[in-house]
Amino acid sequence: MAVRVQEMDFDVGAELDRLTAGNKRIGGLAVFVGLVREMHVREGYHRDRVDALTLEHYPGMTERALEEIEAEAQRRWPLEATLIVHRHGRMEPGERIVLVAVGSPHREAAFEACEFLVDWLKTKAPFWKLEDTPKGEKWVGAHDADDQAAARWEKK
Amino acid sequence: MKVRYFAWMKRTVGVAEEEIDPPAGVRTVGDLVTWLRTRSAGHAEALAEGAAFGAAVDKRTATFDVAIAGAGEVAFFPPFTGG
Repeated sequence: MAVRVQEMDFDVGAELDRLTAGNKRIGGLAVFVGLVREMHVREGYHRDRVDALTLEHYPGMTERALEEIEAEAQRRWPLEATLIVHRHGRMEPGERIVLVAVGSPHREAAFEACEFLVDWLKTKAPFWKLEDTPKGEKWVGAHDADDQAAARWEKK
Repeated sequence: MKVRYFAWMKRTVGVAEEEIDPPAGVRTVGDLVTWLRTRSAGHAEALAEGAAFGAAVDKRTATFDVAIAGAGEVAFFPPFTGG
């Protein structure tokens, strides 16, 4: 059960080893790794090249928001281990931005909770992406598709 | 009270944060937005009626009806785009 916001890259293998060490009740580990993509998505088309991405966040509020999202996942699914590592600062295409890992006795809970965490952190944690493109700097706008993905998990 | 701005709002307002002392009639986040708009053209643009932005009071997401009495920090920011 951990949340980290950091500027430096992370080692996925080492993170997963640490997360599962000593816990033999975990039968499945679902992992999501977000990477910087080299093209900007606009209206569903990949038209503009992205040279770099700078992620700004709100220190203090970010960690609290991620912890709340993690706690919500723990309430909804029987989870043995959760980890969210999110980077901030400048990154180039191909670099890792975010790691979400969820361990559970069974794979269904791990898959679902991992998807839930990614969907909610995109819309509920205070991060903002600034793209460096050949046409200058552009703040990334919120995507309706992300809002819809997050809304799927709202309690009816 | 400290007010902070993030992402494009920081650039439009021209500062990342500022110390303010709003008059007694400014009771909610919404009142604060209205009052801040009068501070400069940048404030008016960033906090315009139709602009897409949210707020947090003491690092918790807050709707515009939330009271700001006793708050140490109010933040304004565009929709989140992490992940």
